[in-house]
Amino acid sequence: MKEDLVLPAPREAAADSAGEPLLQVAGLTKHFPVKGGFPIRRTVGAVQAVDGIDLTVHVGESFGLVGESGCGKSTTGRLITRLMEPTAGTISYRGKDITHASRKQLAPIRSEIQMIFQDPYSSLNPRQTVGKIISGPMEINDIVPEGGREKRVRELLEIVGLNPEHYNRFPHEFSGGQRQRIGVARALALEPKLIVADEPVSALDVSIQAQVVNLLQKVQAELGIAFLFIAHDLAVVRHFSQRVAVMYLGKIIEVGDRESIYTRPRHPYTHALLSAVPEVNLSDETDGGRRERIRLAGDVPSPISPPSGCRFRTRCWKAQDKCAAEEPPLIQISGNHEGHLTACHFPEEPTIEGRDEDIVLDPALAALEEGIEGQ
Amino acid sequence: MWIRFKRDRTGVISAFIVLIFFAIAAAAPLIAKAYGKNPYTVYADERPELFDSAGVPIQPNGGISGEFWFGLEPGNGYDVFTKLIYGIRTSLMISIAVTLAVVITGILLGVTAGYVGGKTDYSIGRVIDFLLAFPSQLFFIASMPVVVSLFVSPTDETPTYVRVVALIVVQWVLGWMSLARILRGTTLALREREFIEAAKVSGASPWRIIRREILPNVVTPLLVQSTYLLPNFVTIEAGLSFLGVGIVEPTPDWGQMFSKASTELVLQNDITYMFFPGVSMIIFVVAFNLLGDSVRDAFDPKSAR
Ligand SMILES: Nc1ncnc2c1ncn2[C@@H]1O[C@H](COP(=O)(O)OP(=O)(O)OP(=O)(O)O)[C@@H](O)[C@H]1O
Ligand code: SF4
Ligand SMILES: [Mg+2]
Repeated sequence: MKEDLVLPAPREAAADSAGEPLLQVAGLTKHFPVKGGFPIRRTVGAVQAVDGIDLTVHVGESFGLVGESGCGKSTTGRLITRLMEPTAGTISYRGKDITHASRKQLAPIRSEIQMIFQDPYSSLNPRQTVGKIISGPMEINDIVPEGGREKRVRELLEIVGLNPEHYNRFPHEFSGGQRQRIGVARALALEPKLIVADEPVSALDVSIQAQVVNLLQKVQAELGIAFLFIAHDLAVVRHFSQRVAVMYLGKIIEVGDRESIYTRPRHPYTHALLSAVPEVNLSDETDGGRRERIRLAGDVPSPISPPSGCRFRTRCWKAQDKCAAEEPPLIQISGNHEGHLTACHFPEEPTIEGRDEDIVLDPALAALEEGIEGQ
Repeated sequence: MWIRFKRDRTGVISAFIVLIFFAIAAAAPLIAKAYGKNPYTVYADERPELFDSAGVPIQPNGGISGEFWFGLEPGNGYDVFTKLIYGIRTSLMISIAVTLAVVITGILLGVTAGYVGGKTDYSIGRVIDFLLAFPSQLFFIASMPVVVSLFVSPTDETPTYVRVVALIVVQWVLGWMSLARILRGTTLALREREFIEAAKVSGASPWRIIRREILPNVVTPLLVQSTYLLPNFVTIEAGLSFLGVGIVEPTPDWGQMFSKASTELVLQNDITYMFFPGVSMIIFVVAFNLLGDSVRDAFDPKSAR
């Protein structure tokens, strides 16, 4: 990537007090009705994709949202960008309630919230040139930047590390990583204040993932754009997000600043996720020490009928009767930092050091590992 | 894509043939002028020496000669060559009009159903099912007189343009469903693609999304289907005229020539008459269908050859 990039000066966004909430989400819920029955189709249940989540993204901040596949991360992203209508809860942007705003009402905000998509092969229209794709958002919002749209598109292409001469090419002439850069350029075209990035690198080659994450990081730092960065493991967001929320089956089970989540996690599920992250022990306390190892058994339960009480209890090694009866509230557990909230009745020790015995909840996996060690 | 098409020899040849037909149809009056005749002259009256008492051309092969290249029609003695090129002109004009109407309806209803979904999709889907369930051959024949009678009272002479309009309307009403259904399916698949969501995130209106994001992506199936639809409409139109519910004398028409050829007088005395409209139509329909195949292959190289 070129060093002397032409970047517009960081806008006042970065200068804003970091504490001001840009996006505030409260009790956000999305249930997809499940139709069934014969001969008359009726609603027989609901997929509780997102079930009452609260989160706040501050101006210029990068917020990570992590969870296993199917836990409702994409749905959350789509609710926030208003691609889907929430079942309940509120979304406010800069103090303005946009929960049920219509397309026309959203118009002034549209340019400020943009999205980067997971699949670079489906997120670019195969019949439009790169120039058309990137200038599309400007056209829709009737924005003509100084020097014309084409000049701006070329600038954007340069910012995301592509050759401005590729203006007239079609998406199929690019690799996955390059396509994702085009997607980033499109998201930047309107100079947004918040970008929802839905697993922007998980479809890419590992070697390219780092490049794209670096690009996003650069964009975030230099343009002062707030990010809601969605990922399915903690490794990707580690270097990117100042704050991280962990989601499980439609609920946020732990949220906190990066330091707290990566070195002092309290929720058993966060422990499990962390133990799956390779080379996470960069922090001093764990240097040399053994990392804990947790393998989770089984699948995520169906979001149509989630377990009562704590939704993680079917896979939790600390589960007790109370967990089934009572849903743990998302609160600050004593000893935790300010803003580090955990939803668990019996939290783990705030450490990621190895324990006496590995927790392997999957018998098949255990047998496999014994076999390997026995050799 | 264009390069792929050019490499396909069958495609290029059939495209060429099809183009010739369109050129003939378009230039029919000019050709007739250069040839010095028109399809309306009743040579049985003008040149009675060429016909016997029954009205059959005296010369062999239906009166083919240097003067009348394709011979003369038994009965009224129209010139077959001009009649044929004018007939092709009538047929193609009607079929093109039907195809255009069908394409527009197909896009409107199919893309709308696919994009909007829900109740709209459901109702359009049921209308399509209903119309497809019709025995269309029978219905074509049955409805032609009905549609015609909407315009003129049965006692009056039916003007030709009314018949033409009726032919177009009937084929259009019963012909748009398959295309609409295909476009609905394509749109349905496109709607789930993330680039549609990207446009929505930027605040694009549904109209803009259909126009800028979806339509360019349905051009391929649209073009392929149209190349199958047009020859199909040509044969349907010919069939209707053959059965006597389409274009009638003295207006020249491709299909109506078949009907003429099958009358007792012509059938028994002048088999050659059938030859020219028959062969030309076979060539046209086959060439057009081959062209359709080639267009599809050019757009979609994955569908194996
Ligand atoms: N349009 C929809 N209709 C019905 N159910 C849906 C719909 N979209 C998502 N779901 C369901 O909601 C749940 C959450 O889906 P979501 O796409 O948000 O998961 P995710 O966390 O993004 O997963 P992934 O990591 O695989 O992208 C899933 O169980 C999914 O089946
Ligand atoms: S509440 Fe109970 S089941 Fe849930 S994570 Fe905590 S200990 Fe495990
Ligand atoms: Mg997802």
